[in-house]
Amino acid sequence: MAVEDTYAAGARAALPLVLPTLLVGMSFGAGAVALDWGYVAPVVMSIVVFSGAGQFAIASVLGAGGSVVAAALAAILVGGRFLAMGIALGSSLRGGPLRRALEGQAIVDASMILARTGEAEYGARRLLGATAPQFAAWVLGTLVGVLAGSRIGDPERFGLDVVFPAFFLVLLAKELRERSSRLAAAAGGLIALALIPLTPPGVPVIAACAAVLVGRIRS
Amino acid sequence: MSNVWTAIALAAVANFVLKAAGPVAFGGRELGRGAQKLIALLPAALLAALVVTQTFADGRSLELDARAGGVAVAIVAIACRAGLLTVLALATVTTAALRALT
Repeated sequence: MAVEDTYAAGARAALPLVLPTLLVGMSFGAGAVALDWGYVAPVVMSIVVFSGAGQFAIASVLGAGGSVVAAALAAILVGGRFLAMGIALGSSLRGGPLRRALEGQAIVDASMILARTGEAEYGARRLLGATAPQFAAWVLGTLVGVLAGSRIGDPERFGLDVVFPAFFLVLLAKELRERSSRLAAAAGGLIALALIPLTPPGVPVIAACAAVLVGRIRS
Repeated sequence: MSNVWTAIALAAVANFVLKAAGPVAFGGRELGRGAQKLIALLPAALLAALVVTQTFADGRSLELDARAGGVAVAIVAIACRAGLLTVLALATVTTAALRALT
């Protein structure tokens, strides 16, 4: 796999996610205003937390009258996958610890996969390039959602939320060339499916990381 | 309101640490062959889990809704070797149509 590690290549690969990210950001912003979060907090949150699933988890816990601790815990569970992703691509990052810690902030679901340049190698430029347009769309979408509020209606009617699983499915299809990855994918999918009704959101994805062991043992 | 700001601060710090830990601990290191083999399988496991949760999960409940229809069409399109944008467009139109009908 010879993949060039440039900002432009990363950004190009992430372009299909810009519009759906914008719409989901709008949905988050409008939802947060409906919860009386004001105009500033949702936008600041999208900048400093920058995790769709994590932010919706917090909104849903606080919106249901849950405690701050429960809300933070829900976000940590959703963010737990970033730890696994960081471990996987950590060794590909160069420079001092501070620089690596900052580059690691660009880790989000799609970017981690799009940053891949080899079997276990990742490109820092591709990572940053892939995350930049998603970050811009997420923050801008939140801002628009906050300002437009309920006037935007339900963005889900456009069906664009399905772009995320469909996009990941296209990436997954490219992973399935070898028997070991097919086993890891099957085990990961089954673990996640089994845990959805049993555990809080986020846990099924973290637990699915253990599927790499299945792929390794059975190959 | 102060609850919201506290939750934002906690989540921001938690995400920063979760994302920084791997790069700080393993940056620039040469990994053993065994570790590389495991890491090479992580995208497959993660992608499958993300597809499953984003298609069937609604909080803690399993749902079979318009998303599943869109993803099913995406599977067929991928099997027919359609390009990325075609796959995404077909999935989106299917999901939007199913939502409009139900």
